[in-house]
Amino acid sequence: MAESMVSIDGVHMVFNQGGADEVTALSGIDLEIAPGDFVSLIGPSGCGKSTLLRLIGDLLSPTSGTVTVNGKPASRARLDRDYAMVFQQATLLEWRKVIRNVELPLEIMGMDPRARRAKAREMLDLVELGGFADHYPWQLSGGMQQRVAIARALSFDPALLLMDEPFGALDEMTRERLQMELMRIWQRTGKTIVFVTHSIPEAVFLSTRVVVMSPRPGRIVETIDIDLPRPRTFDTREDPRFFELLTQVREALRGVEVEVP
Amino acid sequence: MTTWLGRYLPAAGLFVAGLAVWEAFVVVFDIQGFLLPRPSVIAGTFLRELPVVVPAGLFTLREAVGGFAMGAVLAVLAALATARWSLVREGILPFAVAANSTPIIALAPITNQWFGITNPLSKMTVVAVMVFFPVMINMVRGLTEVKTSELELMRSYAARPLEVLWKVRIPNSLPFLFSALKVGTALSVIGAIVAEYFGGSRQALGVYISQQAALFHFAEAWAAIIVGSVMGIGFYAVVLAAERLAMPWHVSLRSG
Ligand SMILES: Nc1ncnc2c1ncn2[C@@H]1O[C@H](COP(=O)(O)OP(=O)(O)O)[C@@H](O)[C@H]1O
Ligand SMILES: [Mg+2]
Repeated sequence: MAESMVSIDGVHMVFNQGGADEVTALSGIDLEIAPGDFVSLIGPSGCGKSTLLRLIGDLLSPTSGTVTVNGKPASRARLDRDYAMVFQQATLLEWRKVIRNVELPLEIMGMDPRARRAKAREMLDLVELGGFADHYPWQLSGGMQQRVAIARALSFDPALLLMDEPFGALDEMTRERLQMELMRIWQRTGKTIVFVTHSIPEAVFLSTRVVVMSPRPGRIVETIDIDLPRPRTFDTREDPRFFELLTQVREALRGVEVEVP
Repeated sequence: MTTWLGRYLPAAGLFVAGLAVWEAFVVVFDIQGFLLPRPSVIAGTFLRELPVVVPAGLFTLREAVGGFAMGAVLAVLAALATARWSLVREGILPFAVAANSTPIIALAPITNQWFGITNPLSKMTVVAVMVFFPVMINMVRGLTEVKTSELELMRSYAARPLEVLWKVRIPNSLPFLFSALKVGTALSVIGAIVAEYFGGSRQALGVYISQQAALFHFAEAWAAIIVGSVMGIGFYAVVLAAERLAMPWHVSLRSG
């Protein structure tokens, strides 16, 4: 189908409108994301990346403009569980063991206990944490917790993944490992992914498209197609084209990076 | 085993040393026995009076536990109601906080009149009121002070409010609830004994203490106070054990 997975049309987002602390977070955002795309949003902090992601997920409503997800209004798509969100913090419920954290969305969606247990085990195997099913979240490292969060997001097979700096809190080594893992999962499942990041190499390495944003009020300044061959591997990072694209994104950001609070 | 010993040895040593100092203090300064009896005298009296003070303690413990249970159950129900209807919360919470800083024990003479001085219900009511407010206030905090990201996660799953309550708010409130319940164990034993000072059944520990003290039988009064302390500590330990059973994920269990 030619239809977009995500379609954002003339979106403005103003917080605390009319108040002394009014903030225009986003202004005049238009964005189309095709099914199967891996789109990164990059820009200085405070430019509205998280806000844009929350609008797609109907965790916020735009001040004006429309957000369409999977061919329906964002609110409908949320109720239909068309997307899953992954936050910078893994946001695991500390009172649930790992396996029961992965089961959480399935439980809410009313899957019977045996089926959801089996599904959760399969997802933990996918992120190579099969051996940690009966641990509590605090017994896992930050990287492992984030992989549990990814397993949980994939468990109910949503068409769209919304990821807000999911690897932002991790060390470089763990980060590169998880990038490879995410690539593998994306290639295998064909999901559409919207991925917020601060990191230029991360955006270029993972994406089919990089959307560069400017700060307050957040606007899209440039969209860069990433034409690196797939599947991406460790060698991708050595590819001369990789460096050209890094430079291109950096140039696009240079114009906008006036203040980094 | 050795680590267990290492952990409790300092406290046990301090306890014994404290008793020795007390004993020496009374002997050296020749303190009158009716003002401050020696620990060894109290111990002797305690053993002699066991057949009286232990049943008295159990009688009073029943009032404390009964009142505690009534107060705690009502407090949890009230807190859940405020989580469901925020208007109830806005209305009730300021009064709860105010009531929590009033000397509720002062109600004892009144409940004695309501239910009859020897009726255990008169003491249970005071205890229930004492336990109710801290438990309710803490439980409300536990139900409302939930991480925003956890609520967003539940919203992203289109979870119904009842599911958010059951799967996030209630588990989140357990540490708050148990810390109030632990305070409540001490409050309830104090409440029951002090309420009995205003009059009660002849089998009650508080009545025994006030009568013995009035007769200058201080060693007997101290023996009964020991029973009261053991009750308080035992009750606390039971709630502590319940907490560990209810929250196997809790921070306090992470050291091992
Ligand atoms: N709930 C909110 N209320 C008021 N202002 C907000 C809120 N959320 C975000 N903002 C403001 O909107 C702007 C964009 O925030 P955000 O989307 O978090 O940026 P980013 O994720 O790119 O760092 C910031 O100036 C921030 O302070
Ligand atoms: Mg952000």
